[in-house]
Amino acid sequence: MSFGALRVANAIDFRLEPGARHALIGPNGAGKTTFVNLVTGALTPSEGRILLGGDDITALVQAQRVKLGLVRTFQITALFRGLTVLENVTLAVGERLGAAGDIFRPAGTRRAVIEEAFLLLERLGIADEALRPVRELAYGRQRLVEIAVALGLDPKVLLLDEPAAGVPSAESGTIIEVIEQLPAEIALLIIEHDMDLVFRLARRITVLVQGAVLVEGPPAEIAADPRVRQVYLGEREHA
Amino acid sequence: MTATAAPTPRAASVVEVFAHRHRFRVAEALPWVAAVALYFLFPDYLALGAQILATIVFALSLDLILGYAGIITLGHAAFFGTGAYVAGLLAAHGWGEPITGLIVAALAAALVGAVSGAVVLRTTGLTLLMLTLVVASMLYETANKASAITGGADGLGGMNVWPVLGCQFDLYGRTAYWYCLAVLFVCWLIARAIVHSPFGRSLTGIRENERRMHAIGSPVFLRRVTIYTIAAGMAGAAGALVAQTTAFVGLGVLSFDRSGEILIMLILGGVGWLYGAFIGVPLFMILQDRFAAIDPVYWYFWIGLTLVLVVVFAPGGAHGLADRILRARRRAAAGGRP
Repeated sequence: MSFGALRVANAIDFRLEPGARHALIGPNGAGKTTFVNLVTGALTPSEGRILLGGDDITALVQAQRVKLGLVRTFQITALFRGLTVLENVTLAVGERLGAAGDIFRPAGTRRAVIEEAFLLLERLGIADEALRPVRELAYGRQRLVEIAVALGLDPKVLLLDEPAAGVPSAESGTIIEVIEQLPAEIALLIIEHDMDLVFRLARRITVLVQGAVLVEGPPAEIAADPRVRQVYLGEREHA
Repeated sequence: MTATAAPTPRAASVVEVFAHRHRFRVAEALPWVAAVALYFLFPDYLALGAQILATIVFALSLDLILGYAGIITLGHAAFFGTGAYVAGLLAAHGWGEPITGLIVAALAAALVGAVSGAVVLRTTGLTLLMLTLVVASMLYETANKASAITGGADGLGGMNVWPVLGCQFDLYGRTAYWYCLAVLFVCWLIARAIVHSPFGRSLTGIRENERRMHAIGSPVFLRRVTIYTIAAGMAGAAGALVAQTTAFVGLGVLSFDRSGEILIMLILGGVGWLYGAFIGVPLFMILQDRFAAIDPVYWYFWIGLTLVLVVVFAPGGAHGLADRILRARRRAAAGGRP
């Protein structure tokens, strides 16, 4: 079984195993966000290939990659702020089920889409906010909607770009719990600055420095690696 | 994680609310009751009334792209004018049947929308704004130069519009009024069905956050060109209405003024709720009439000032204002809870 395997050749040689809980860390400007944009198709690589489950997806645009189960969330919440929470997730579920292009009947008659979206909100504990516009929600709750929209696409590979960024530490626990309880078959790549979150969630860590992989390994190994301490964890000690 | 297969009772009620948003509400009958009442109240103003109804069709088509898909345009008259000229040319060259003429005009305008949209909608923001302006200007100059066909600056005359369903177009504008009202009603039903469809909901997604729409796998470009084409067709129908009911087409139907004015009308009425057109167009016409009576030379200045005041103090136009009053009352009814 090879789905969920990602490989970005050349400067970054990276592989995400099926069902992985993998973290990508690195100092600011290491190229983490560029990496996410390359993988998801927001940027086109000048060289190298991107594989999903053994198939070359380098030439596919973002929307096509999403249909194959390659889904991302955003570091800075990128939601439909004027729409309700349920509508946000419904849009994603509708796109996945191919209902979203339908022009000839009311959206309300697609009950299965709405029910599935609502079920997701219940799973993430935000069902009581279903009919509120996203912009009225506390930021921590918006981060959960961010994840709910991604889950509505039934991802095989999910890239979480700093899922707890900007969230007060009291609320980040909820986000960590939600991520911990994600279905095991989803391959997770978490891009994160928060070391507590990384070491709680990740079973494997890749350290990115200046656009290249410095080292990769299990958390204990990474924590003990002197090079990592110097370029990355060392910064925290000084701070 | 305890995801059950069947929705809980609470889910059922939320899903119920969500699933019934497209149902017709009593208040939605208001514009139609008013339109019929006005016919009997002001029998001397029916010709003006027909022009207002046709302009509402035009504004409604703009709301579909601006209010729902978030496509800003300064060249929507391109499609209005195309429809007007096609309907006018048909009637001037031996085919005066209004309904088929209107349909052909709408299809021609939709075609212009699809072709120009496929080019200009690759851009967004200011670039898009400029390109829509360019398309309309090009059509304007083409109509101006092709005076052998369009009549150029003198306008297209000699139209012979046949009776619509056996009713002759009369001097009082009675037939024109009902004809325009019927076309407006059909266009409103179409627009309403579109905005409540999954396609229409995805347009609001594009308006709210285009980047995220890409990230959830939506074919954004295709959706934008589709609604642009539909709106162009509807604008073409509006142009055909004006041409057929006045039996004249002037270059003004393609002018920048026409594109700008319809934008102002829609903003006055409120963008993105389907009824901005119904409020904004008559409001603009009344303001125009009053200001011109008070200040015949500089009346346009007062229109401009009104627009500035609306944008600053009542964003969302008439709709925004009504919304805020409703919210304030609901808050007061809730016993002043925060």
